[in-house]
Amino acid sequence: MHYRLDRQDPTLRLTLEGEWTVREVSAIGAALAAVFFDGVTRLEVATAAARLDLSGAWLLRDVLQRAERAGAEVAFVDPRPPALELVEQTLGSGAGPAFVREERPLQPITALGRTVVDRWQGWLSGLAFIGEAVWRFGRALRDPRVWRPTSIARHVYDTGITAIPIVALIAFLISVIIAYMGAQQLQKFGADIFVVDLVTVGVLRELGVLLTAIIVAGRSGSAFAAEIGVMQLNQEVDALKASGVEPVEVLVLPRWIGLAIALPLLTVISDAVGILGGALLCQALLDMSFVQYFQRVDEAIGDWTFWVGLIKAPVFALLIAAAGTYRGMQVRGSSRELGRLTTVAVVQAIFLVILADALFAVLFMEIGI
Amino acid sequence: MSEPVIEARGIVNRFGAQTVHDGLDMIVQPGEIFGIVGGSGSGKSVLLNTVLGLRRPQAGEVKIYGTDITQLDAPGLRQLKTRYGVTFQAGALFSSLTVLQNVQLPMLEHLQLDARALDELAMLKVRIVGLPPEAAAKYPSQLSGGMIKRAALARALALDPGLLFLDEPTSGLDPISAAAFDELLVGLQRELALTVVMITHDLDSIFRTCNRVGVIIDRRMVAAPLAEIVEHPHPWIQAYFHGDRARRFGVVHGT
Repeated sequence: MHYRLDRQDPTLRLTLEGEWTVREVSAIGAALAAVFFDGVTRLEVATAAARLDLSGAWLLRDVLQRAERAGAEVAFVDPRPPALELVEQTLGSGAGPAFVREERPLQPITALGRTVVDRWQGWLSGLAFIGEAVWRFGRALRDPRVWRPTSIARHVYDTGITAIPIVALIAFLISVIIAYMGAQQLQKFGADIFVVDLVTVGVLRELGVLLTAIIVAGRSGSAFAAEIGVMQLNQEVDALKASGVEPVEVLVLPRWIGLAIALPLLTVISDAVGILGGALLCQALLDMSFVQYFQRVDEAIGDWTFWVGLIKAPVFALLIAAAGTYRGMQVRGSSRELGRLTTVAVVQAIFLVILADALFAVLFMEIGI
Repeated sequence: MSEPVIEARGIVNRFGAQTVHDGLDMIVQPGEIFGIVGGSGSGKSVLLNTVLGLRRPQAGEVKIYGTDITQLDAPGLRQLKTRYGVTFQAGALFSSLTVLQNVQLPMLEHLQLDARALDELAMLKVRIVGLPPEAAAKYPSQLSGGMIKRAALARALALDPGLLFLDEPTSGLDPISAAAFDELLVGLQRELALTVVMITHDLDSIFRTCNRVGVIIDRRMVAAPLAEIVEHPHPWIQAYFHGDRARRFGVVHGT
């Protein structure tokens, strides 16, 4: 038991006992809620036998306030406990503090308006970011001293060289899947040899570069956003600005250029591995010799087949790098923002890559290559 | 004499070939403010992590309230961790939560409180460290350095612990804010009968708050009441308390 009540109307004596501590607060509070002070004009409080911490004192204050509101006069038998004094000093002996709650959800119209304005401003700041980066890139072209070869090399290594195993593995598996499915269907018509065309054209024109770009968006788009985002949180970006160094120049451009170099190279590897995977499967499944396979590959590849795929790589690279670096630069304040914007960066990068691929498909069809 | 709150004996901490502590002893009595002092890299923060049970020392035992934390299992350690509060050097507030939510987090984890008690108790902690009520709804990124230190203290007080660990609570504060923080700390310590262990570099702060000081020297600790430690003959301690720096502030008289 944490308290004892002795009632001799109109006096009530409340004797606290034991631990009035944070762990017990909810139990004591629940028990005391059932005590009413009707008809009590004098409440005597004895605290000597109890140990009060801040939470216990808060609860006691709550009870005393209730008694006073019911018209009782409160008297202490022992010296008032210091914890209670501290609580009363802090909260004032009046009513509880005006409470600050989370802001209420917005009205639908207001919410809509705010979303439109936010989106519009988001577009503008995105455009401004890209504009600044392109402008600085133009300056860098004229003044080679602004190039940062060490930094660019590091990004080529991080986004390119270290991605080779996974990119190669995925290219291999995808070409195996296409060849396998193609073989199943085409065998019905006795058109086995066209499996080679399917793999070659599919991998070179579309899948090699697209899958590579999607993997790179997941790996490097997120890495860009997270790296720059943490630098924002640590005020490293401010430190750069304060030392007269433009963050866009040292953080953004090297990543763009590095990825624009790395992604085409990865695409070439992915193309090569894809065609090789097709060769292995055709040999295993269709008894097609390597010589026969590669002769057919040679016939299937047109003047543009390889270049149509490769030409898309730097464009995809710039889209991925722009999404990653832009979202990274937007990070402010909290670790949750960092996670949110990293997610946004990856989703946007992949979306932009696929959108651009669709536009390229239309474009190439129009010009007939 | 009553049982010490912290009794660490024979602590050995090594990182690879580097020995940071070699048979270090640290005793903290109930109700005192114990300052830990030492040069950069002398292992103050490592010692703190060891005592907190975040790092297991290579040798030695650490008793908090009489239980050896190096022998505790996970639930026991979790239980023990509700009995002390900690503030970290940079505040280490959770950046995605408001100040009030930061204070409520340990309460939610360890206590069953109704919503009203949760809000009001957390608000009490926010106000008791001298933050204005408006600060409760703010995020850490919106606070000044001094307010972050106070918010961190409020979170450390969330479970009404009897023992507080403070890692450089006044570093980075202007002298006036630092003095205000020290005053707050001494007041809370007196009213709530807290035991406080603080790492600090701030001489003013030591003289304003600490009863006893432990200096980490040569991988061990030399501890004594403040008045005695300043007379210790070790050259580092002499330089620390009697150097130009100390004399300029006029904190040490005579010698």
